[in-house]
Amino acid sequence: MYKYDEIDQQIVDERVAQFRDQTRRYLAGELTEDEFRPLRLQNGLYIQRQAPMLRIAVPYGMLSSRQLRKLGDIAKKYDKAYGHFSTRQNLQLNWPKVEDVPDILAELATVEMHAIQTSGNCIRNITTDQFVGIAPDEVVDPRAMAEIMRQWSTFHPEFALLPRKFKIAVSGTQDDRAVVQVHDIGMEFYLDSNKKIAVKVWVGGGLGRTPILGSVIREHLEWQHALTYCEAIVRVYNLHGRRDNMFKARIKILVKALGIDEFKRQVEAEWAHLKDAPNTITEAELARVSKHFDAMPYETLPAHDASFDAAIASNPAFAAWAKRSLHVHKIPGYRAVTLSLKPHGSAPGDASTEQMHVIADLAEQYSFGELRVSHEQNLILADVKLGDLFAVWQKARAHGLATPNIGLLTDIICCPGGDFCSLANAKSIPIAVAIQQQFDNLDYLHDIGDIELNISGCMNACGHHHVGHIGILGVDKDGSEWYQVSIGGSQGNNASIGSVIGPSFSAEEMPAVVQKLIDVYLKERTPEEQFIDTVRRLGVVPFKAHVYAKDEVAA
Amino acid sequence: MSNLIKLNGDVASIVENEWTIVNLPAGQAEERKQAGKVVLFKLTGEKTVTDEQIADTVIPASGKVLVPLSVFIARKAELQTRIAASEIGVWIATHEVLESLIENQPDLNALPIIAVNVERFADGRIFSLGTLLRKRYGYKNELRAVGDVLRDQLFFLKRSGFTSYLIRADRSAEEALASLKDFTTPYQGAVDEALPVFKRYNRAVK
Ligand code: SF4
Repeated sequence: MYKYDEIDQQIVDERVAQFRDQTRRYLAGELTEDEFRPLRLQNGLYIQRQAPMLRIAVPYGMLSSRQLRKLGDIAKKYDKAYGHFSTRQNLQLNWPKVEDVPDILAELATVEMHAIQTSGNCIRNITTDQFVGIAPDEVVDPRAMAEIMRQWSTFHPEFALLPRKFKIAVSGTQDDRAVVQVHDIGMEFYLDSNKKIAVKVWVGGGLGRTPILGSVIREHLEWQHALTYCEAIVRVYNLHGRRDNMFKARIKILVKALGIDEFKRQVEAEWAHLKDAPNTITEAELARVSKHFDAMPYETLPAHDASFDAAIASNPAFAAWAKRSLHVHKIPGYRAVTLSLKPHGSAPGDASTEQMHVIADLAEQYSFGELRVSHEQNLILADVKLGDLFAVWQKARAHGLATPNIGLLTDIICCPGGDFCSLANAKSIPIAVAIQQQFDNLDYLHDIGDIELNISGCMNACGHHHVGHIGILGVDKDGSEWYQVSIGGSQGNNASIGSVIGPSFSAEEMPAVVQKLIDVYLKERTPEEQFIDTVRRLGVVPFKAHVYAKDEVAA
Repeated sequence: MSNLIKLNGDVASIVENEWTIVNLPAGQAEERKQAGKVVLFKLTGEKTVTDEQIADTVIPASGKVLVPLSVFIARKAELQTRIAASEIGVWIATHEVLESLIENQPDLNALPIIAVNVERFADGRIFSLGTLLRKRYGYKNELRAVGDVLRDQLFFLKRSGFTSYLIRADRSAEEALASLKDFTTPYQGAVDEALPVFKRYNRAVK
């Protein structure tokens, strides 16, 4: 993964000094709340219900063992010994003290980490596919470009105070796992007819209260121009995006209002001036950064491993876990492993200090000392030999990291919600936990099969509820907490936004509502159909009818 | 004590402010939403300037003055000799479009100073306006940030081509000076340093 040189290190060190002074001025009353707000947000610091929340950047989801260990230590020293992995592939601490944050940032800087631009109205952490670099269907490994874009967007002076937050995702696979279509800019890397790296650029996608899939603004962009083209897009947005109403300030609203054709015309006019400007990426720079992402020193292994096959045959629990948690790898004899941060009955995405240390050790021992964070809020060991999987499983299981529910109903994507987030309309974690308890039967979960259930505590949609096969959104009705349910959303190449099934429900009703949706699916499905396929074939109507049917037995 | 920071090459210092800002008289607080052309979103909730306001604007008869863009455009004829004497600068609001300045003043470098007024410090349009004035329109003279100008934005203002900063009256310009040096080696090319770091340094992996 990318390693800092002295220039990178100097920038994070200077950032710590800068924020230390800003915090000092704030605590001394020299900066007002309003003046401090954008400064702290651009360092990932929110003031939340319970306490501040600090969001630490994990650029494009890549972590080293050393970094994860440090995160565990920080969680212990400054927080309640756990952290929360978010859908933006970041780590959030829920209980740090404002006055400790400069020290936390200083500790992060010692392991080449920071909290720069993890919040605020600026270009945020760039995200990508968690199987980047190892997926068999990968055409271009976009990590070097993601790193180049990270550097470019870090303190970009022109885009320091945008109308609203700005999220960029990159992907380089046939099967899009980075959800580029729901980002402000989505960069889909591919090889063009000359076998040169090119980008298909999407713009104006987003979730939030106006969910919308992005539009293609450019089918073919040579990689050298990735930065200048983004500058053209963000400049048009910076100048023309709405600043009078934060709910209408995202770029998607501008794109929709102008229409993609007019928006594109303006961007291209801008780019005519920026094309070939100094920020154009050179071959040398791409080569330099790409070196950091060279292939791991893989061993030459057969495609099968006898000890693995034997363990699968003799140990049903291991087999069940392997079925859900392993992912194909482009190198024979290797697998990627998802460690579940979704044990039934606790907040999705949470990891304790101890678990972070265990995972760091596992990565060091079995996966070249690196791991990834997925936007489904799990952690991934990308490069494990088949013969090591049983040992990994045993250790992971002993620490609650091997729930065999990856991709199943209880692998819930869930935002922090009303327990932590001051913007929430409703709690989301207790809903996730209640659903996990309702479906706490692994055989039944496996029978239901692949399904994505996403929960957000408000329309900001940090839990990506619009693209969940089942989406749950917390809404506020006269001061009490209700939940609106949608079905038919999906991420990936066939991305779609779910449709709301009808009036909202109370928290107590939610497990039964999900149960009824599942019942309809189990009754109606054809042998090869997953939940989403059945919803697509039948539409919302039968699901709605069953969910809202008057209960025969009033409980 | 002056609250104006001025950059001379790489050296920043606090200097006397020679320029008086001329403001429009208060209008009939009518805030219209205008739609159409490029400016579809520009004027949402932002004040439109009336002809009366422009006519009623009092421009001091002598001395160096910064006049609002709308006044400059409408009353350029009466300012002609003073423009020639380098006594007139223009200030722009962040929602105004630069094209209207360029159309009326193709030779921007005849102006000794252009200012951009930022009403709220969080309004980042000022950075794009500075960048465009420098890069697109080749403006070379003094570019000043006025209004809600605070030290934590100075570094970005400097990188966006601004060379003087009128720090908000209730804040210390002396303390703000330090923020111009927040970062030694920024990553990307911008106005002050056109080359990105990968073109300035050999960052080859050792
Ligand atoms: S979706 Fe709403 S409640 Fe949940 S984390 Fe985001 S802002 Fe907070």
